[in-house]
Amino acid sequence: MADLKYLNDLVVQVRRDILRMVHNVNSGHPGGSLGCTEFMVALYSEIMERKEGFDMDGINEDLFFLSNGHISPVFYSVLARCGYFPVEELGTFRLIDSRLQGHPTTHEGLPGVRVASGSLGQGMSVAIGAALAKKLNNDTHLVFSLHGDGELQEGQNWEAIMYAGAKGVDNLIATVDRNGQQIDGSTKEVLCLGDVGEKFRVFGWDVLHIENGNNLEQVIKGLNEAKSRTGKGKPVCVIMTTEMGNGVDYMMHTHAWHGKAPNDDQLENALAQNPETLGDY
Amino acid sequence: MKTYTNTGNIDTRSGYGAGMTELGRTNKNVVALCADLTGSLKLNEFEKENPERFFQIGIAEANMMGIAAGMTIGGKIPFTGTFANFSTGRVYDQIRQSIAYSGKNVKICASHAGLTLGEDGATHQILEDIGLMKMLPGMTVINPCDFNQTKAATIAIAEYIGPVYLRFGRPSVPNFTPADQKFEIGKAIMLNEGTDVTIIATGHLVWQALEAAKTLEGKGISAEVINIHTIKPLDEEAIIKSVAKTGCVVTAEEHNYLGGLGESVARTLAINTPAPQEFIATQDTFGESGTPAQLMDKYELNAAAIVKASEKVIKRK
Repeated sequence: MADLKYLNDLVVQVRRDILRMVHNVNSGHPGGSLGCTEFMVALYSEIMERKEGFDMDGINEDLFFLSNGHISPVFYSVLARCGYFPVEELGTFRLIDSRLQGHPTTHEGLPGVRVASGSLGQGMSVAIGAALAKKLNNDTHLVFSLHGDGELQEGQNWEAIMYAGAKGVDNLIATVDRNGQQIDGSTKEVLCLGDVGEKFRVFGWDVLHIENGNNLEQVIKGLNEAKSRTGKGKPVCVIMTTEMGNGVDYMMHTHAWHGKAPNDDQLENALAQNPETLGDY
Repeated sequence: MKTYTNTGNIDTRSGYGAGMTELGRTNKNVVALCADLTGSLKLNEFEKENPERFFQIGIAEANMMGIAAGMTIGGKIPFTGTFANFSTGRVYDQIRQSIAYSGKNVKICASHAGLTLGEDGATHQILEDIGLMKMLPGMTVINPCDFNQTKAATIAIAEYIGPVYLRFGRPSVPNFTPADQKFEIGKAIMLNEGTDVTIIATGHLVWQALEAAKTLEGKGISAEVINIHTIKPLDEEAIIKSVAKTGCVVTAEEHNYLGGLGESVARTLAINTPAPQEFIATQDTFGESGTPAQLMDKYELNAAAIVKASEKVIKRK
């Protein structure tokens, strides 16, 4: 495992990137991004086997698909910090002529992005397709995906969950970010999801939980455990409990910061809670 | 005028099946996906010969489009198969985001397009699909006219990199194009040269256009007949050249006049060589149950209607 201090520094730096990106354009989604910071850092720094550089087909390396595209700030920051494109480019987030669209796309040729997302509910199908292509190519690497829990209200997910379970797509690890919040309120209020893990299980998935998805060591341990369960005839689902807005006290325990940018004072406050580690862009 | 011989009525979807069977043998990257309509899409032979490259997705078209998009990541060339209605309108957002906007090399193959699905009625017919697909940036839209051309088109699109919508139908229609004719995406085919009116047809209406030209010849009218199998990209040069000569045009398609071939032709002419145009198409309506022949007559998608429209448009010159 990489040096834990470095990884923790990276988590804090990614948080700063997210906050500054969203503040700069006064738009974007900080809440879910902050909640998934540990996951994204762990995935790209520790869990996935990645090749140097970037090519669309990604043969002989692990792949990741972000289904809930609105948390693009954390995705872009981690991609940049892992060398896919210059960190300075984060400053162009959501601006005209930028490769960093509000929601990720392949259209602008940004290294690290293999499919557009933003319209919710499509990512698992794409991840399944990529996993099937790996099987046809005799490529034993894995496909990871991330889904918001509110996103599971989209019906296409359940077509995909049914397919992957029924057809034994066992080189796929789908992660659900269980923060319990969506735009209009808690998932419980808007459309109660019930026992998500149990739902996956009855559709034929192997399911495991990460109790604290904002604890880096727990996330790494959980994802390694998930990897060890692949190749056994079932797709693997990781239910990861996170806190929306994690790392910024006033953004936590509320859905208010799902899609709202901090003002100047709020940014200063948030950055003070996350002092610079690896250098701002 | 040139003579075209019907070598036997056969459905265009069988041309798709024959093309897929050949691709199964010649192109190892081709994979077929199907949403519980293997027989309807004539994919049985492909499935039998290539079980590992045939994916039965079940009755879940949105998932099929996403899986197809994902399979391109790794170099596969996915051909999705279901009815045209469920290949377009039902999954428009999936096609838009995961295929078109993402620039994925997916071939969306749609059977039972248009009105002539017949007895199943309006829920299973679609007269809006060309419009829906041609509106998507980067999407190629192809509507071949007979068995041979559908087979050739199926094989040709596997070689082309980018998203393609391939549209074909269920009823048996005359098979008259040469079996060895090369399919060139975006290249119109001149079927008959004429001087008085240009008839531009696509899909099942191409044979009807030839029949109409024969009748018009008997009335002393010289009709130029062009087969537009690719609606996008449109062979604008062929259209402009022909209409500059004849001075008027009739477009014919099994589709709503809104959003179809006729509108694409009208735009081309409007900014290049404006000319009177008549539209053989459905008039902003849904379909209904009936035999294909009955429906073609009721909705005036036939040779007689093309003759009438030609005579009318010539007077408007």
